[in-house]
Amino acid sequence: MTAQTPARPARGWDYTLRIRLRLWQRALAELGYELWQRPFVLMGGVIVALFILAALFADQITIHNPTRGTLLLRFEPPAWEAEGNWKYPFGTDDQGRDLLTRIIYGTRVSLAVGLLSVAISVIVGTALGALAGYYRGWLDEILSRFADLLLAFPFLIFAIGVMAFLGPGFVNLIMALAFKGWVEFFRLVRGEVLAERTKEYVDGARVSGQSNLAIIASEILPNVIQSVFVLGTLRLGYMIIMEASLSFLGLGIQPPTPAWGSMVSSGRDYLLTAWWVSTFPGLAILILVVAINVFGEGLRDILDPRLKIE
Amino acid sequence: MKAVKILERMLATIPIMFGVAIIVFFFIRLTPGDPVDIMLGRSAAATQREIEQLRQQFHLDEPLHVQLGYFLGDVLRGNLGYSYIRNKPVVELLTERLPATIEMTIGALLISLIIALPIGILSAVRQNSLLDRVSMAGAFLGISMPGFWLGIILILFFAVRLQVLPAQGRLSYDVHLQEITGMYVLDSLLTGNWRALEDSLKHLLLPSITLGAGVAAIIARVLRSSMLEVLRSDYIKLARAKGASEWGVVMKHALRNALIPTVTVVGLQVGVLLGGNMIVETVFSWPGLGRLVVDAIFNRDFPLIQGAVMIYAITFVLTNLVVDILYTYLNPKITL
Repeated sequence: MTAQTPARPARGWDYTLRIRLRLWQRALAELGYELWQRPFVLMGGVIVALFILAALFADQITIHNPTRGTLLLRFEPPAWEAEGNWKYPFGTDDQGRDLLTRIIYGTRVSLAVGLLSVAISVIVGTALGALAGYYRGWLDEILSRFADLLLAFPFLIFAIGVMAFLGPGFVNLIMALAFKGWVEFFRLVRGEVLAERTKEYVDGARVSGQSNLAIIASEILPNVIQSVFVLGTLRLGYMIIMEASLSFLGLGIQPPTPAWGSMVSSGRDYLLTAWWVSTFPGLAILILVVAINVFGEGLRDILDPRLKIE
Repeated sequence: MKAVKILERMLATIPIMFGVAIIVFFFIRLTPGDPVDIMLGRSAAATQREIEQLRQQFHLDEPLHVQLGYFLGDVLRGNLGYSYIRNKPVVELLTERLPATIEMTIGALLISLIIALPIGILSAVRQNSLLDRVSMAGAFLGISMPGFWLGIILILFFAVRLQVLPAQGRLSYDVHLQEITGMYVLDSLLTGNWRALEDSLKHLLLPSITLGAGVAAIIARVLRSSMLEVLRSDYIKLARAKGASEWGVVMKHALRNALIPTVTVVGLQVGVLLGGNMIVETVFSWPGLGRLVVDAIFNRDFPLIQGAVMIYAITFVLTNLVVDILYTYLNPKITL
């Protein structure tokens, strides 16, 4: 907040940049205030932040090996059960690995796949949507038809189909999710740009001699980016569930890498004797996704209530 | 004019279906390697001549657009290819498994409506009451919950701990049923087999709840918010002013209009139900389409996967067509 007023009114790019920064600062402060008024939303944000920290510092906060266990210690029950042991708070799995350690490491997969697939969807969808909405014509026609086509596939079915042919793996998983994920961002941005392009400030920019791409990037997109951000947050939870579902089916991240979906799946054979192996990884998914959705919906109510129509 | 519009809307789905088939055709190109090697499978010790034969049979020696032409021609004739792993035409395999999947989907849709309709209406009428808060929190959980996990929790509780409901399959081993439609609940009704009816309903219950929970949550939320909107409108005030009973206002005047956006959402949720099938059928070892596809993936049975994905997409497109048409009847203001 120590932005100084310039000694002479220089109207170069640094001047506009400084104004932009001030505006962003103010918007952030307002957002912070609104969040403070909504304790639940704030709590959602804090929980998400905790998960992110757990993912980043998984090596530091765990004492067991996530992929190698001791068979002698298989199916240790959770600590609070009669034969439990606080060394393994949530118990151990079929290979004697500490469940909590694996859940903490699994956060990495869920967040990385979720964030990367949403990020790629946002970038591709926003870029194509802006171009289609601004230039219209054949480009818009082709892209919109293609988007309609992809909408004809239910999300999970499409992802399963693509993964079946691509084969499992981290990169393939992200590609499969983003391949369909960009469509929603495309439609959102295209619609917004269509509405914005006829407004006076765009005409003004055009008259002042800015190129089309510069107008899109520096005049129109800043007005659209909030909605994109809100939608991105709301989609993150969905992508995490999709990743978990694919890993559950054995199409996503392959063992022994800990991923929540495959952990739930591996516990399925031991439901009669070891209920905890499936239960806790699933609980982790539920808590993270609830937190993301609470935060996302709160953000939407603050920033972009129009998106509320489902 | 309505008939013309509906016809137009129906015709508009044809290019979409073609597009779906084209995308599915290109799926095989995503796989690294020769399609013939893949089709013959890792285990098959095929001779060079057999490989050449197959290559010719699938027109793999011709340019891509010609291959696509053959593929689309086959699809139009209802030929979705041949499964080398199971030695049967894909269409036959899919139709065998379809009734089980339809039965579960209907069960899920019914359960989600039974849960969602009263909750959606009551939470809107008693906005901000305890009931409203609890059910909306529940709906929030329902939206954020991975279906496979809910299924496992239900198994743990009802099958492992309480032992009141079965954990897998469609029928107990000691129950016999004469199949007519392949939908066991319907078949046992048709043959008057009450023992099988009870048994198949018991088997159907947990999978349907698992599949329907997420959809119920979404329907309840949408219905609540559209009810709230409708209840604030002027004609509702008028109905109240005329002295209509509260029940009449809610059920007759408000609900009909609030159902309009809800129907659209139900249509879109069919996609979720179709995708969820694969998960839920895996959890409950339900011998339906989804289970077939998951098995096909691990057998690298590509024609079967392509055919199934296409069937799923086309079902989804057709459902949305039906919903759109239904919509015009619910809401006279909308023309397609």
